[in-house]
Amino acid sequence: MKPASVFLASAILLVASAAVSAADLRPAVVFDMGGKFDKSFNQGVNDGVLKFNKETGVKHREFVITNPTQREQAIRKMAQRGSDIILGVGFAQSSAIEKVAKEFPNTKFAIIDGYVVAPNVQSLLFKEHEGSFLVGMLAAMASKSGKIGFIGGMDIPLIRRFACGYEKGAKYVSSKIDVIQNMTGTTPSAWSDPSRGAELTRGQFGQGVDVVFAAAGGTGVGVYQAAKDAGKLAIGTDSNQNYLQPGTMLTSMLKRVDVAAYTTFMEARSGTWKAGIKVFGLKEGGIDWALDENNKALISGDMKAQVDAAKADIIAGRIMVHDYMSDKSCK
Amino acid sequence: MPAASLPRWIDTGVIPVLNIALALIVSGLIIAAIGEDPFAAMAVMVKGALGYQEGIGYTLYYATNFTFAGLAVAIAFHAGLFNIGGEGQAYIGGLGVGLVMLALDSALPMVLLLPLGLLASAIFGAAWAAVPAYLQACRGSHIVITTIMFNFIAAALMVYLMVNVLIQPGQMSPQSREFDVSGHLPFVHEALAWIGVSFARSPLNVSIVWAAVCCLGLGAYIWRTRWGYELRTVGHNERAAVYAGVNPRRVIVITMCISGGLAGFVGMNEVMGVHHRLLLDFTAGYGFTGIAVSLMGRNHPIGVVLASLLFGVLYQGGAELAFEVPGITRELVVTIQGLVILFSGALAYMTAPWVARIYYAVKPRPEPAVSAA
Repeated sequence: MKPASVFLASAILLVASAAVSAADLRPAVVFDMGGKFDKSFNQGVNDGVLKFNKETGVKHREFVITNPTQREQAIRKMAQRGSDIILGVGFAQSSAIEKVAKEFPNTKFAIIDGYVVAPNVQSLLFKEHEGSFLVGMLAAMASKSGKIGFIGGMDIPLIRRFACGYEKGAKYVSSKIDVIQNMTGTTPSAWSDPSRGAELTRGQFGQGVDVVFAAAGGTGVGVYQAAKDAGKLAIGTDSNQNYLQPGTMLTSMLKRVDVAAYTTFMEARSGTWKAGIKVFGLKEGGIDWALDENNKALISGDMKAQVDAAKADIIAGRIMVHDYMSDKSCK
Repeated sequence: MPAASLPRWIDTGVIPVLNIALALIVSGLIIAAIGEDPFAAMAVMVKGALGYQEGIGYTLYYATNFTFAGLAVAIAFHAGLFNIGGEGQAYIGGLGVGLVMLALDSALPMVLLLPLGLLASAIFGAAWAAVPAYLQACRGSHIVITTIMFNFIAAALMVYLMVNVLIQPGQMSPQSREFDVSGHLPFVHEALAWIGVSFARSPLNVSIVWAAVCCLGLGAYIWRTRWGYELRTVGHNERAAVYAGVNPRRVIVITMCISGGLAGFVGMNEVMGVHHRLLLDFTAGYGFTGIAVSLMGRNHPIGVVLASLLFGVLYQGGAELAFEVPGITRELVVTIQGLVILFSGALAYMTAPWVARIYYAVKPRPEPAVSAA
């Protein structure tokens, strides 16, 4: 082979490989211990990633961890394998992302529900309290007994934020309303324990509750089933769960983790990705409540009007929803 | 045919290997059924666990946890006690280390913090086991039930403490601040770097040395001391032990405290060795896996070490498998682990009659029942 043709061939190869790497983003997702099929939080992320796959044809790597040590292992491994952007799902991955992001300054990282300050990390935070406020209002308006329930997964700050917003929303409608709270458990199985969820829900119904809000991942499925069996109402979380028990699901508090996951990958692909904090609230469309054909019979025109008004007020800053995280209390 | 009539090398060598092989064959069939290549999967698993330095580091790190947890179950088992509470004892042991580090990490150097951490994990783990032990010894409450309950109490206590007391302020995640460097157990790759050997980074830390010491110490305690003799006597026959002048109550409490202390070292490995902070769920089921490890290792320290290595390979290789082969999820990895436990634990002696038949066919002995077959 003549030197010129060697040069030409290698030049073509170079161009070809450059074209491939420029077109193909290599995204990666690390799910936490809850797994990705909880019909709620994690599945929302999965939906967003799949939507990205479908629209762009770009494949992603993923890993579901089984113990806390694997967080750092999986994230580092993704970075070592040349992933361009690595998405960590859940606040528990914050410290692992923080550590690995330092070691791989040229790799992009994003974390949902976590707050990490680094030049190559995007923190995707949600104002769960705003959405919980709205569904709390709906619960209070739909309740005939004046008692509404809340089933959380574990007693952790994130869930207290849900509970606090919910209570504030209910009290905004009627100051006399009673909110009964229960947490499912103290181990990770609390996020995937439908039978315990159903048990707690029946317990709350026994105390006179007639609308129950579940913020407990996969445990919620049991809560909704129990509500259906008892002929009461339930409210879903994170994903739109209205379809799970039509006629029983009053609404769902939407936390659009799918949008967050989809957007961060899209931005990374188009080159507009920026590190920093992105907050998703009612204003940004990252938080909302669900109204579709499965629950429209349960939401009266008056209820919708009141909630829409409150939503507009929150967006305009006329209603300030108390955030549990701001002072670690729900006074 | 009872396996006891087989030579020792078959009972402890051939049969376990055969059981694992059977488990892998069944796993292979399942992997083939979902459309993946079982041989390629097995290769990924073994290579991921033993084929490169980082993988070896993770395998040995898991094995360290399993050794502590397995030894905890094993010693209790020799006294006829079934300690299901390793998980909770490890959790509380980790709490002990964490509290000591949070209080003293800025004041003391590592050489002092290391023994303090060791002591704290052992004392906290032992204390958590002492209550069920007392209830068993003096009140007749069955230790299986009470230790299971104590796992849940430990989990509830930890959630309360992490969320309300020990959480780093302004954090969403219920975890404490990171300890100062003096409160970190040296990683093995760091320790090797001091003597000029380079090794890939992994969570493997010097706890593994302590695990080896515990193995030797426990073997000596059970088979070479008077207390060990008393312990085994109680395990074999409590009434005979009383007749021989042994106080079973004392033996039960002491044994459970040693067991809880050993389980507490899992907490030390995790909190002081790996995460360098207190967090939720760092025990991740190691305490429960310790039961399988101990059963598979026939409650002998050497057996526990071998079984720990096997589980280390399964955990790290399994993670690697789920990482490399998209068709294989972590649920399938759990299935493979479950099959290994099933064949080596629950069905441990299933193959013994066949092995015996083959063995005596090759090396006949005058026993009509066997030669007839």
